[in-house]
Amino acid sequence: MCGIVGLFLKDKALEPQLGALLTDMLITMTDRGPDSAGIAIYNDESTSYSKITVQSDTPETSFAGLAETLSEALGAEVGITVKDTHAVLVGPADKLAQMRSAIEAMETPIRVMSTGDSLEIYKEVGLPKNVAERFNVSAMNGSHGIGHTRMATESAVTTMGAHPFNTGLDQCLVHNGSLSNHNSLRRRLRRQGVHIETQNDSEVAAAYLTWKMQNGATLGEALESSLDDLDGFFTFVVGTKDGFGVVRDPIACKPAVMAETDQYVAFGSEYRALVNLPGIEDARVWEPEPATVYFWNH
Amino acid sequence: MQTFDLAAEGLRELNSTLHAQSEETNQTKWEVVNPRGSHAIAVGLDAPIEVNIKGSTGYYCGGMNKQATVHVHGSAGPGVAENMMSGTVVVEGDASQYAGATGNGGLLVVKGNASSRCGISMKGIDIVVHGNIGHMSAFMAQSGNLVVCGDAGDALGDSIYEARLFVRGSVKSLGADCIEKEMRPEHIEILTDLLARAGSDAKPEEFKRYGSARQLYNFKIDNAY
Repeated sequence: MCGIVGLFLKDKALEPQLGALLTDMLITMTDRGPDSAGIAIYNDESTSYSKITVQSDTPETSFAGLAETLSEALGAEVGITVKDTHAVLVGPADKLAQMRSAIEAMETPIRVMSTGDSLEIYKEVGLPKNVAERFNVSAMNGSHGIGHTRMATESAVTTMGAHPFNTGLDQCLVHNGSLSNHNSLRRRLRRQGVHIETQNDSEVAAAYLTWKMQNGATLGEALESSLDDLDGFFTFVVGTKDGFGVVRDPIACKPAVMAETDQYVAFGSEYRALVNLPGIEDARVWEPEPATVYFWNH
Repeated sequence: MQTFDLAAEGLRELNSTLHAQSEETNQTKWEVVNPRGSHAIAVGLDAPIEVNIKGSTGYYCGGMNKQATVHVHGSAGPGVAENMMSGTVVVEGDASQYAGATGNGGLLVVKGNASSRCGISMKGIDIVVHGNIGHMSAFMAQSGNLVVCGDAGDALGDSIYEARLFVRGSVKSLGADCIEKEMRPEHIEILTDLLARAGSDAKPEEFKRYGSARQLYNFKIDNAY
């Protein structure tokens, strides 16, 4: 069991409230996943600057002087905003790959949570309420966001095993369910040169979608093909820079509820997660069909 | 009428209050406000009372019901009226997966659509869905009636024993050992009564009946892989 929440805003006036709305939804899903929690939030679509969100268990020492070191290595200014165990590094878009390599080459224990122009991912072990408070998620703004509360099955309860997973620029995925062919698929993807960090089944699904999209598929097409290539139980919610998608496996035993108004499209593992959204009383509320791809774009 | 604010007083208080009602209670009419998708609302009732829930409910609303009438003025989450023994559960909106699962008796009415596995392993319950139902409905159904005024999804009645399935619209596919059967006068009679009790104006003559071909009752080597 896990909990998923997602909110894709159509009305820009709600953007300052995105973090607060998502935090409320996330905390409601605590009893579906008390092991760890995470949130992916999309904001600031600058094309000249890109962001890398990093995590360290020893932020005081790891993040001290990090921006200066990277600035020097890249020959360009890198900004840093520290939020608890995470930090968002902002640098020139054309030097993103270089910046990531420089971070990964460092001896300090720093791990990459997400890369992209607008995506930031914050995730940690612990109750959703505590995780959301540590990063002050409720103060964040953005155009869309996805949250996850994890009850672990397929891999250890760690920061890296927490959702959302980011496997390509501005892409993220959260998963409720368990995949049975993730080991063989991980080997296949690695042979294709796809980078996969963990032993977690959901990361394989994220990497699979990224790989499909790198090979020319749209988000919708990648989700369609996941129905053929992934074996197991899944409800996925995925985010891209300007899109938001949902797909459930053909058996569809992992719960899902969606709501749509003129202002937003919302996803919850249960209706409980949606009850505080503005205008929910008059929203169109439905259960996404099995083996059917839904996606929205800005 | 008694009004109970679930947000203020909590689920345990609600259910223990409702459980305290006996057959002779004078407090027969209850209203529950602020359900907000909570789980296990009005579960395990055993008195001839009427509970009106003003909003949508989460998992297992009206589960194990005996005698009571539980009316959801919204949509219901997974497992509504699961293992109902008697009484009535009415959902004004849609019902999520496995509505009426394993029910032994009583009547479940869904005014909207019901999703997958509606009536799975039903054991005597009557279910009337005004809209459509999802895949794998009436899987291993043993007894009772499932009436669908709209369409049925894939694998209807897979591995069914002896329940009667009535569908007015299309059936996407039938499950293993489920076949269309002749609609006889006694079936029209059953259907007429159920539709009337469920407040549906659908005409019994427009339905088709499905049931067990009884080919899975005994071991047959041809059924093995």
